[in-house]
Amino acid sequence: MANESARLPSRILTISRNAFREAVRDRILYNLILFVLLITASAIFLGELSAGQESRVIVNLGLSVLLIFGTFISIFVGVSLVWKEIEKRTVYSIFSKPIGRGEFIVGKYIGLCLTLLVNVAIMGIGVSLALVYVGNASLAGKIWPAVLLIFFELTIVTAVAIMFSSFSTPALSALLTFFVFIIGNFSSSLRELAQGMNSTVARGVFEGVYYVLPNLSHFSFITETSNGMTPPASMVGGSILYAVVYDIILLTITVLVFTRRNFK
Amino acid sequence: MEYVVEISDLSKDYETGFWKKKRVRALDGLSLNVRGGQIFGFLGGNGAGKTTTIKLLMSLIFPTEGSAKILGRDISDVQMHSRIGYCPENPYFYDYLTAIELMDHFGRLFGYDAAQRRLRTEELLMSVGLHEKDWKKQLRKYSKGMLQRVGLAQSLINEPEIIFMDEPMSGLDPVGRREIRELIAGLREKGVTIFMSTHILSDIEALCDEVAILRNGKLAASGNLSDLLENSGEERVLEVSVQGVTADTIREAVEFIAGATIFSKPNGANIQILDENDIDAVLKITREAGGHLTSIQPLKQSLEELFVKETSSDPKKLK
Repeated sequence: MANESARLPSRILTISRNAFREAVRDRILYNLILFVLLITASAIFLGELSAGQESRVIVNLGLSVLLIFGTFISIFVGVSLVWKEIEKRTVYSIFSKPIGRGEFIVGKYIGLCLTLLVNVAIMGIGVSLALVYVGNASLAGKIWPAVLLIFFELTIVTAVAIMFSSFSTPALSALLTFFVFIIGNFSSSLRELAQGMNSTVARGVFEGVYYVLPNLSHFSFITETSNGMTPPASMVGGSILYAVVYDIILLTITVLVFTRRNFK
Repeated sequence: MEYVVEISDLSKDYETGFWKKKRVRALDGLSLNVRGGQIFGFLGGNGAGKTTTIKLLMSLIFPTEGSAKILGRDISDVQMHSRIGYCPENPYFYDYLTAIELMDHFGRLFGYDAAQRRLRTEELLMSVGLHEKDWKKQLRKYSKGMLQRVGLAQSLINEPEIIFMDEPMSGLDPVGRREIRELIAGLREKGVTIFMSTHILSDIEALCDEVAILRNGKLAASGNLSDLLENSGEERVLEVSVQGVTADTIREAVEFIAGATIFSKPNGANIQILDENDIDAVLKITREAGGHLTSIQPLKQSLEELFVKETSSDPKKLK
């Protein structure tokens, strides 16, 4: 029985499982109550105010709130995910066990992504039910590709938050992640701005920022969904692939920083 | 017997300050070997480098210079951790978990199945004296002493060959200290090596086979505890205890013996001499005064005296 250690996937899943449990016990999912109240109120009242446009309003409002709530969780839980472990010195007992620092980071990341997935899925179900309630069952099914894209956008925001928190304070990490989220959502405008510039240096800088920061506009399909459109499979697949590659790069940087860190 | 911990010229510098960074040496060229199957006491004053050493051994911080091996494997080898245990000073755990959940979480990291985890958890929580009614309470509701017990239990989850304990008795009441002392002694009987840092000298005296004393990040003394106490560079003193006489009756005669001192005690006296050839003279004086001998024993330096001497600020005392 002695002198054993779990296999690598099992160790990572153990860390993920605990990160998910931590989020649940820290009442992160309580935001769902607020969301359900909001979406129920919108289904009942806003539809009547906008004369026949209830489905559009529910999709726009529901998915936007889903994105905003998810972004808040990604940023605020993401920046404290690793920092809290160091500050509360829980890393002392964790790293005396046969677990590598890289495994720990990946495990914590997956745990938070799992929390976000549950959050996003429940919110998506809420929006779908509201749409069924107002009699637009066909749109209730069409929102799911957009929900999936939002989830993968949140995985990038989470990876950015964890990366900043591996070498910075939570407050600064949250601020920087928020900037990345804002710039990332307007990255196509950033490129247009770069192309319209006369100075080569300024154009280079803006183009550099465009390529380095995540292009989160790939994941935005809320307005189109509210108009009854569904994104092509190639767009969804391409965006998911982009998110996965971007997440892997960010996590690699995080692990490289974290493995060199002294826990004083 | 082979060494289970081999520390070679280990140093650690910390950087302080924001702009003008200054380097502070917390550990300075520590070399130390620990034999298996014993309780090794790691002593030193505040800031001597004890916790820094243990953190280096656990790879929580990285050495500036030097190297160390545990069970023959470099400290950077994470898989070696499957054979060791660690109980940090003032244990910090996920306070949203219960003791059972925490033990289960750590058990999973070692790859134990559900039945093994449950069995180990119950065995260990019981052995550290944590009442069953508290097992399902969140750790945030635990007292310091209860957390210390959970800290010990989790360090034993994988049946380690060597356990590193940083101040394991801190926060425990006298009864708790005795229970944990018995637990530690029991582990040694099972062949487990204990590397224990503590400030509580009575625990060191009661438990440890060998000790190392750190002073300002350097090794001040190390070796077998009784050897250190006897061969401390002081003159060997013998204490002769007699009864049936008062100290005042024989004081004048005793003080004729070179280097002898006499102390009064109820119904008798203690006479300290530096030369064993003087025993006969002391006995003669005692008998002539109507008293008799009760014991003769070499007077050992106390661990407290040794500790104070080796950790005092006079650098000339460094070995």
